[in-house]
Amino acid sequence: MSDPGSVRALTARQKVAASLKRRYRAERRFRIYGVAAVSIGVLFVVFLFATIISKGYTAFEQTYIALDVTYAASELDPNGTHARADLESADYQALLKAALRDNFPEVTERSELRKLYGIISSAAEVTLRERVLAHPDLVGQRERIWLLAKDEVDMLVKGEMDRSLPEAQRNVDDQTIGWIDRLAFEHRVEKRFNTGFFTGGDSREPEQAGVWGAVVGSFFTLAVTLLLSFPIGVAAAVYLEEFASRNRLTDLIEVNINNLAAVPSIVFGLLGLAMFIQFFGLPRSAPLVGGLVLTLMTLPTIIITSRAALKAVPPSIREAALGMGASRVQTVLHHVLPLAVPGMLTGAIIGMARALGESAPLLMIGMVAFIADIPKGLTSAATVLPVQVYLWSNSPERAFVERTSGAIIVLLAFLLLMNAAAVFLRSRFERRW
Amino acid sequence: MAVTGDKISTTVPRTTVTAAPDATQPGAKLDTKTVGQVTVANPVVSARNVNVYYGEKHAIKDVSLDIGRNAVIALIGPSGCGKSTFLRSLNRMNDTIDSARVTGSITLDGQDIYDRRQDVVQLRARVGMVFQKPNPFPKTIYENIAYGPRIHGLAANRADLDEIVQTSLQKAGLWEEVKDRLEHSGTSLSGGQQQRLCIARAIAVDPEVILMDEPCSALDPIATARIEDLIDELRQNYTIVIVTHNMQQAARVSQRTAYFHLGDLIEVGPTDQIFTNPGHKLTEDYITGRFG
Repeated sequence: MSDPGSVRALTARQKVAASLKRRYRAERRFRIYGVAAVSIGVLFVVFLFATIISKGYTAFEQTYIALDVTYAASELDPNGTHARADLESADYQALLKAALRDNFPEVTERSELRKLYGIISSAAEVTLRERVLAHPDLVGQRERIWLLAKDEVDMLVKGEMDRSLPEAQRNVDDQTIGWIDRLAFEHRVEKRFNTGFFTGGDSREPEQAGVWGAVVGSFFTLAVTLLLSFPIGVAAAVYLEEFASRNRLTDLIEVNINNLAAVPSIVFGLLGLAMFIQFFGLPRSAPLVGGLVLTLMTLPTIIITSRAALKAVPPSIREAALGMGASRVQTVLHHVLPLAVPGMLTGAIIGMARALGESAPLLMIGMVAFIADIPKGLTSAATVLPVQVYLWSNSPERAFVERTSGAIIVLLAFLLLMNAAAVFLRSRFERRW
Repeated sequence: MAVTGDKISTTVPRTTVTAAPDATQPGAKLDTKTVGQVTVANPVVSARNVNVYYGEKHAIKDVSLDIGRNAVIALIGPSGCGKSTFLRSLNRMNDTIDSARVTGSITLDGQDIYDRRQDVVQLRARVGMVFQKPNPFPKTIYENIAYGPRIHGLAANRADLDEIVQTSLQKAGLWEEVKDRLEHSGTSLSGGQQQRLCIARAIAVDPEVILMDEPCSALDPIATARIEDLIDELRQNYTIVIVTHNMQQAARVSQRTAYFHLGDLIEVGPTDQIFTNPGHKLTEDYITGRFG
């Protein structure tokens, strides 16, 4: 131990041992930070999904009430000819009211009757008419038929309304509750799968409102966006990356593309309003204009990701092709593009997902209007899913709360579907190459 | 021992080629700074006063060199000496670099390849290239070979193409190893096989000249030996220009050797002479391993 060299060696070892402990501690600490960060993220996602799903799943069910309806011949078919025109123009509301009076004979007072008529949705008239038109032989018969309940009744049945509140603070009074409870006791109240929510357009009546109109609007809008932004974006990226020479002009273009990617989306909405609607005179609220605006918004993203995908293709592939005597276009089309396509698809899907969730620019071009019809084409008035969410969240009726969450669930489902498609496509392409 | 640029200019006084028209005559005596015989009789490629610039950088300085038919010429020299640049100027691969600029003349069978009328696609079909790192296309082995004949329209039908693929692979000595798995990906082969695949791909379009840029630097000695044997066989039908860092390799495969230094072509001559009795101090220092 007297050897100074070995003493030095020993202290060095001790110092290393001491520092080791510190290093391992730091490493553990760092890992804990990471795990904590991930946990917080997961927690937020779980919280988000739990809130939305717990609030929204009830929108997929709807309350129906069974009524004994008499298809009175005097009302439907006064001439006794079974003429279709007569059946079509008959007063089904009167039929419905008569059925309600019939089922609740004790209600006679005018104001009470008005309340009674209010437990069934106005959509029930349509149900009755369609039933009779499909089976004209029902005229003169009596049958028990399930009819859509009004949104307040639906809320009551789903337990969304607090019965313990004083009557004045509820929008369903004690008498109505009594009628519903009696019907429920007779097993004439039922919650059924809400097909109307997935097949119907928007409505002022919550129980009749559906997302299909918004889904179709989103589909048309995104179709325009994809068809325009993907080819334009890829072509621009290929030109800038593979053909354009590096000079001031291309530098300027590159800087501007990056800037455009950061421009708030509402600005694109204003641009679309000024250019497509005011200048080119395209119709307002149309998926065509929405798609054009979203194309402007998505293009920078697609160009940037496509360029990154092209940059990631090893230069040796280009050299190999050029060295074989392939022209530049052949090199790009035969070798570079196929290798870059998975990355480009990812970029396109990211852009599309962003476009699907975008509402602000579409408010500017009038896609925020109340539109009850299912859009028929690119120029018919439409709205999109996120705007539908926004519209419903602004509605005062209690029943729109669950519909808002229901629409968000539909939107999220589409986003998940798109991402799954992207992953699937990418893995397919990557296997091939 | 440090060799500076100044020292070169003192030891190698720069002279200019007196008359360019004469210089293109085969076998004519050229007045260049280069030690040794830069001209050969009946050359395939003939470079005269070639300068290559990358922006401000002067990468090749006034190089004149003939490349003889059905022979292997090795380009050697320390890193950054311009040998790869010179090689790539022979099939205009430098065109892909925006800042690259070439002056002087390079002729292939008497035609100026930098002429405005020269089609670069046609040139590269006549002057094939094999790169440092094996770079097969990420396609099947068959497609790798068939690509060149297909884009150049060399095969009339599928049977023709099959034959080209087979003979190319046979010439590259790869046929026996891959004939049962032509539909496998080219990238699934080993490094040496990949490089032979790249050679087969190059000869599939039946070029006159094959340029090889350090073709063995990424390979193990056994794969290297196979490639060297292959180069020796290919010499029967093709003219080969090979850039190499490996002087034993240059000595083994080439008939002529050219030594580049900082963009200058210092010396060129028969390989055995360069390696046994170099005419220039820099060449001697390099091949004896004093630098480089």
